[in-house]
Amino acid sequence: MIAIIDYGAGNLRSVRNALVHLGADVITVTQPEQLEGAEKIVLPGVGAFGAGMNALRATGFEEPIKQAVKNGVPLLGICLGLQYLFESSDEMGQHRGLGLLPGRVTRFPADGPKVPHIGWNQLHIRQAGGLLAGVESGAYAYFVHSYYVEGANPADVLATTDYGLDYPSVVGRGSVWGIQPHPEKSQGIGLRILKNFVEMQP
Amino acid sequence: MLKVRVMPTLLFKEMGLVKGIGFDSWRRVGSAMQAVKVYNMREVDELIFLDITATSKQQRPDFALVDDLADECFMPLTVGGGIRTLDDAQKLLRVGADKIAINTAAVEIPELITQISERFGAQCVVVSIDARCHPDGRYEVFTHSGTTATGREPVQLAQEAERRGAGEILLTSIDRDGTMTGYDLMLIRQVSDAVSIPVIASGGAGSYEHMAQALHEGNAAAVAAASIFHFTQQTPLEAKQYLHEQGFKVRL
Repeated sequence: MIAIIDYGAGNLRSVRNALVHLGADVITVTQPEQLEGAEKIVLPGVGAFGAGMNALRATGFEEPIKQAVKNGVPLLGICLGLQYLFESSDEMGQHRGLGLLPGRVTRFPADGPKVPHIGWNQLHIRQAGGLLAGVESGAYAYFVHSYYVEGANPADVLATTDYGLDYPSVVGRGSVWGIQPHPEKSQGIGLRILKNFVEMQP
Repeated sequence: MLKVRVMPTLLFKEMGLVKGIGFDSWRRVGSAMQAVKVYNMREVDELIFLDITATSKQQRPDFALVDDLADECFMPLTVGGGIRTLDDAQKLLRVGADKIAINTAAVEIPELITQISERFGAQCVVVSIDARCHPDGRYEVFTHSGTTATGREPVQLAQEAERRGAGEILLTSIDRDGTMTGYDLMLIRQVSDAVSIPVIASGGAGSYEHMAQALHEGNAAAVAAASIFHFTQQTPLEAKQYLHEQGFKVRL
């Protein structure tokens, strides 16, 4: 059973649809207690980092998520959900993340391409397999974001994307996974990535 | 680098999809669900779904309909029509919309742009601007599906939208809409050059060459089109192949 965390922010519906489409057994959880017994956890996110993390804390999900990760439960952060995995973000003030991976979230430079980064862009694969099994380097995924991760550990970077600068777009360490683009909106490639997560053995 | 997007626009009116000329003379073009399924299969870049009668009829968005459509839509979906409150936007996002397009509300209650942007992020706020060109060459923004003059200039409204937190501008020429005679390049250029957020050119596409013009001469970041896909044999994929041959970066 895959638990999708609903902390009141963002578009859970599409993620849920895509997982159900893949035949996964999915539950949307609004209470941290409901994470008990979840085989996998999906942490979606749309919006601003601070408001999202505050909501995640206020609903009591922070510690149970960290505990689940300690227990080896696979966790997939999508979009803002990827950014939560890191230590901090400077989106509208300084905010602390879950700190599951080293790195900071910061805004794309003002002198670079237009922000937000919206649209189809390529995944350049740095480490094949895992979440990216069967995905060719150069595959397109759908991105919508204004902030990116800097200072990640290269060992955690599974794919990068070029948007004025080359930044981590898919990350993973142990049972923690994160993807910046929206797999649920990335048609065939996105569904393949989600299928990899669905079929992953804890 | 980021790719140029080609987006079919679906206009919804009284239970089905329609397409008109100059925001009038509507023709029925089939069911919304069928169109979503077809475009999903064809891997189009994004879909824009606009309920063109909701605002004029003072109706809220049809959440149940968007819910059904989103279930079949594994691609980005922009939904507009009848959105007046933050709650409307939140409900649409919850049933599966990815972006919220606001048109009349962007003029009448511009603080809604800021509210949605602060709550859900700039990336999900698309300010849709419909403009007509007056004989003296001046452009004016119209709301309520092109029926209500505002006295506002599109450039100025687009700049205000950006300042208030919009992530994209969907810019439609009412004069060119449905004519398939080409985008209003002057209008697109003026607005694209005045803002730093992406501008989606809309209204008038009749050939792939028109799309190339909107991107090159109009400086648009993306092109939307409807009639060309409803009434001709041309497809979004072929459009992108053409654009690729012309040196534009597209997803193929």
